[in-house]
Amino acid sequence: MNRFSYTRASAVPQAIDQHRANGTAAFIAGGTNLVDLLREDVAHPAVLVDINRLPLRKIEATDAGGLTIGALVTNSALAYDDTVAARYPLLAKAILAGASAQIRNVATVGGNLLQRTRCHYFYDAGTPCNKREPGTGCPALEGVNRIHAILGASEQCIAVHPSDMCVALAALDAKVHVAGGNGTRTLPFADFHRLPGDTPHIDSNLRDDELITAIELPKEGFAAPHAYVKVRDRASYAFALVSAAVGLELEGDTIVNARCALGGVAHKPWRDAEAEAVLRGKRLEAAAVRDFAAMLLRGAHGRRDNAFKIELAARVIARAFELATQRSFEETAS
Amino acid sequence: MNTPTIETPLDLAPSEAERMAVTFEVNGKTRHFEVEAWTTLLDLLREHCQLSGTKKGCDHGQCGACTAIVDGRRINTCLALAVVHDGATITTIEGLADGDTLHTMQQAFIDHDAFQCGYCTPGQICSAVAMLDEGHVKCADDVRELMSGNLCRCGAYTNIVAAILDAADLPDPQHGDEGARS
Repeated sequence: MNRFSYTRASAVPQAIDQHRANGTAAFIAGGTNLVDLLREDVAHPAVLVDINRLPLRKIEATDAGGLTIGALVTNSALAYDDTVAARYPLLAKAILAGASAQIRNVATVGGNLLQRTRCHYFYDAGTPCNKREPGTGCPALEGVNRIHAILGASEQCIAVHPSDMCVALAALDAKVHVAGGNGTRTLPFADFHRLPGDTPHIDSNLRDDELITAIELPKEGFAAPHAYVKVRDRASYAFALVSAAVGLELEGDTIVNARCALGGVAHKPWRDAEAEAVLRGKRLEAAAVRDFAAMLLRGAHGRRDNAFKIELAARVIARAFELATQRSFEETAS
Repeated sequence: MNTPTIETPLDLAPSEAERMAVTFEVNGKTRHFEVEAWTTLLDLLREHCQLSGTKKGCDHGQCGACTAIVDGRRINTCLALAVVHDGATITTIEGLADGDTLHTMQQAFIDHDAFQCGYCTPGQICSAVAMLDEGHVKCADDVRELMSGNLCRCGAYTNIVAAILDAADLPDPQHGDEGARS
């Protein structure tokens, strides 16, 4: 494993100061991704700033009727929290669809947002990778790219963000609270992660000296018709090939409001407000869902091994709408 | 006479100044250690405590062979830095039995022939014990899903599930036992 020195922080400003005092510092919380990156020579911070003693482990109601989730709340604590399970079941289900129980017991909310891609080439320090070493190239473009992006990719990087939790947080319009040397700010979830573009080494819009302190959920949790559908290569403990988080508000058969975020297809959870807007006022039926999927997936581009994801994504969306509404959108032979 | 020496990883460790003092309660005994910042709990258990029951399988958190119970929760000790968990209470496979009386889960694994080579077994058993404490298991499907972080390359899964259901006093639909028939 890479060598580093270690320091502990007991307050948020102290953690930020300790991080800023060292050019190549990294915060460590659960460490379930970072320790592996250190071991694989992908991450090489000179200093680890341990933030586990910061007071960021609470789940609290907000004045606006939502919830604030401290950045150090573990995946397990969040998924099994009574309020979250009752009011934000989409989030609970997405979390429990990810990782293993051992990892969920340790991995934190903040770390979930900041985990790195599981692209094979990113993890293999013996190969070029624009995300790991900018300017060296991207072997995935013409290489083994079954798990890679079909939306929003660039010629520099076709990696996907691996999180399930983030797909639900995107669908729920969560906010990310951060603290840094210049004070605090709040980012809409959609603005937190980035597309690779020409800077694939930068995963998010978090600044170097900033620390995620909390995730805020709005009052509306889409607890009624909702579904998280994840397709992967084995029944459990695998990253998504494609996943979909769907939350609906219905009046009878009419869609009042629809949310749909995709995982496993892009460098960030994939949502399209324009496509969702088209669903509003539509009758809930197969054609509407099919048209929605086509619009959400417009511009999708498959490569040698991952072109199947385009059709798979359309089917996963349809399945999620079916499961959410307990209906069948199977085409009936006429 | 000069005797050639073979350097071990511990010999190559940094000076005392770079080590950190940590304290753990391991299987009921309080123990003090001096570790490097990058020492994992797994290496601490195996190399510093000589508790080799906890296994190093993949060393990436993918196989679960390194599972131990830390502060009451099952975790992958290969992904845990010792300094981060300073002060924790750790239970390993060596700490489950009460003297010569095996833990219910250990006995169930024997009764159901729930292993072949045995390499994954300490992790399976620690994971299963902590899983039942978590309180989310109601049926065989729950066991399969919530034990998915423990791989068994011998493929003893059927009997592992049976052993855990037995220890949990839950019916096993695969084996048509009393609970399943009723």
